Amino acid sequence: MPTKIEKDTLSGQETTGHEWDGLKELNTPLPKWWLWTFYATIVFGLVWMVIYPSLPFWRGTSGWIAREAIVEEVRAAEARHAPMMARLREATPAAIQADDEMRGFALAGGRIAFANNCAACHGAGGQGAVGGFPSLADDEWIWGGSLEEIQHTIRHGIRANESDEQRMSMMPRFGADGLLTSAQINDVAEHVLSLTGRATDTAAAGRGATIFAEQCASCHGERGEGNREFGAPRLNDQIWLYGEGRRAIASYIHNPRMGVMPSWQGRLDPAVVNMLTVYVQSLGRVN
Amino acid sequence: MSTIEAPHRAKADRPLQTPARVEAQALYADRQKVYPKRVFGKVRSVKWAVLMLCLALYYVVPWLRWDRGAGLPDQAVLVDMTNARLFFFWIEIWPQEIYFLTGALILGAFALFAVSSLFGRLWCGFTCPQTVWTDLFMFVERWIQGDRNARMKLDQGPRNANWWTRKALTHAVWVVIAAATGGAWIMYFNDAPTITRQFFTGEAGVTVYFFFALFAGFTYLLAGWAREQVCTYMCPWPRFQAAMLDENSLVVTYRDWRGEPRGKAKADNVGDCVDCYACVHVCPTGIDIRDGQQLECIGCGLCVDACDSVMGKLGRPKGLVAFETLKNLSASAAATAGMAPGLERQTAGMAARELPRFIRPRTIMYAGALTAVALAMLLAFLLRSTLDVTVLRDRAPLYVRLSDGGIRNGYTVRIVNKRREDTPLVLALRAPEGFRLDVQDADHDAEGRPLLARRADGISQYRVLVTVPPGQRLPESTPITFRLLEPGGQLATSQSSTFQAPRR
Repeated sequence: MPTKIEKDTLSGQETTGHEWDGLKELNTPLPKWWLWTFYATIVFGLVWMVIYPSLPFWRGTSGWIAREAIVEEVRAAEARHAPMMARLREATPAAIQADDEMRGFALAGGRIAFANNCAACHGAGGQGAVGGFPSLADDEWIWGGSLEEIQHTIRHGIRANESDEQRMSMMPRFGADGLLTSAQINDVAEHVLSLTGRATDTAAAGRGATIFAEQCASCHGERGEGNREFGAPRLNDQIWLYGEGRRAIASYIHNPRMGVMPSWQGRLDPAVVNMLTVYVQSLGRVN
Repeated sequence: MSTIEAPHRAKADRPLQTPARVEAQALYADRQKVYPKRVFGKVRSVKWAVLMLCLALYYVVPWLRWDRGAGLPDQAVLVDMTNARLFFFWIEIWPQEIYFLTGALILGAFALFAVSSLFGRLWCGFTCPQTVWTDLFMFVERWIQGDRNARMKLDQGPRNANWWTRKALTHAVWVVIAAATGGAWIMYFNDAPTITRQFFTGEAGVTVYFFFALFAGFTYLLAGWAREQVCTYMCPWPRFQAAMLDENSLVVTYRDWRGEPRGKAKADNVGDCVDCYACVHVCPTGIDIRDGQQLECIGCGLCVDACDSVMGKLGRPKGLVAFETLKNLSASAAATAGMAPGLERQTAGMAARELPRFIRPRTIMYAGALTAVALAMLLAFLLRSTLDVTVLRDRAPLYVRLSDGGIRNGYTVRIVNKRREDTPLVLALRAPEGFRLDVQDADHDAEGRPLLARRADGISQYRVLVTVPPGQRLPESTPITFRLLEPGGQLATSQSSTFQAPRR
């Protein structure tokens, strides 16, 4: 850094004092307007830091917090929906279904509530999954598919011991508790297959029929038609909650797993339960 | 004037400079205030007429009414932001048809190119809003502060009561005009009579007041203060319009072959230009047309009027400054090269001119592009569907197996109805034998076919289930078509989709 300021002989401009192979760099200052704009941004930044929460320990003088702004917006949205939600809370699902305006709101709101609360087990479109998560889009209902029955199931849950009115039933652990031998279980499985015409061993199916009539028919029905009262699924259809085939059926008879669903009453607004009821039924409803 | 020179002059005049002669040049030129003088003549009359037509269109159009029936705006031209509709007389545009606006803008661009290559900067000089409003503001200024000389004297004189009164009055009138400009703008987006009432009672929304202030403020700023600087520095159009002009375009020119050498009217052996500066004094951008083609020239032709009136008084032929092609200009110059000033030179120069060539590759191409876009727009408009059906197949799940082994797919059917009719439509399915159609929450006609309500000028949506009974061998994907039928049975519109089944 030269101590005295050097001037370029040709242009008369100051140099920076840097020299490369005899070429000197001219000191061309930034335009004034640019410099002042730059200073202004610094001042702006400082003022901003004072007004808004900018540091871990500083909440700002304005008191504005992004989280509170969001909360405020959500509150405003809820206030906008409040009259409709009040109507949905009071109405029965059947009344909601019959009213165009309420149904439109319920289907849209139900879709969101379903994605938030139900889709984890029942799938994004209610298709369910093998392993005890029933499809809600098909035409078979374990605990009943009327609006009232669906509403009851959502409200009180299944075998979760969260509500006195919950859906409750138990299937004995025929194999694990030694009620039936392995051979008997295989025979029963063969009989269950025969209900949909899939049995390959008619002798075994015949033996199984006797055991079925004694042990199973009281809940599942004589012909495996199921009983929604006890949530005993139909066995003579094409829908298999725990997988198709002899192995899957025998395994289930040996040690039933019996699905659990929480009670949503108390967790969700009654209006949301009603919206879910209408939405869930719409997944597979035909006239 | 300023220390920086216009590039076209700098090149020619300045000799190659040695480093020792490098001078510091300021990169910023102070504005020289322009005091345009009042002028009379043909061009000025046309300019007044165009100005009044443009202003009349701007202020009257929002008040035109157009009956569209009950419950609909009766304003002929309206951009309805709330309901997302654009009304233009009998046409109604939905947001997804905004490409019509794009098409209109492309049409405008090509029309501008074509007109520029034929007649030069007609747009800039006569119809550009900047020109129209600046002209109006200058009229006000002249009316209150007097003509060029009076205004210059006023500005140079003391800041006395006279100065303050006249300036304040001028700005007051400008603000009123600017407010009217912003006021008319908001009428294109709201019902004009309603918003006018609401505007004054304070019932109009914040947006309305904001855009009113925005347009009023910028009108005042651009037409009152910035003026020719908008054309010279801000507007991109003068920068590239030179690409549309050629030697056959009509531009405002000074016939130097006839005017030079300049001299007193009574002097001997001088050209027709008496160097009276009338052309400079009337110029709204403050340039001298005799310097040749310039970026700053907006082609308004007021110098033509100014020069014609001077030539008329001197008893010389008019048209020393005129709308002329550069080709004719050089033809005249060539024909009169070496001739002494006088009537003979004038006759020879004018005789060398030809009619401007309007039909040339450039104009043919612009006209072609213009016609092509216009036809495409017309076709798109005539074939525009006013009733659409969209079908969204459920993706989760792709298909549902039913208890009897049948397969079901779910669909969302949306009817986009741009018409005013709301008679229900019949939904039918074109698919292989056995496919069953169920529409949730729909009515049915006497034959049991689902009737889908359509909202007048709106969208209605239905959940539709298609079921195939067991035992039917299905490929993974079966093409099907949803058809919307008028109650009479004729096809209104249709949309194809697929039916998904498990892999076999």
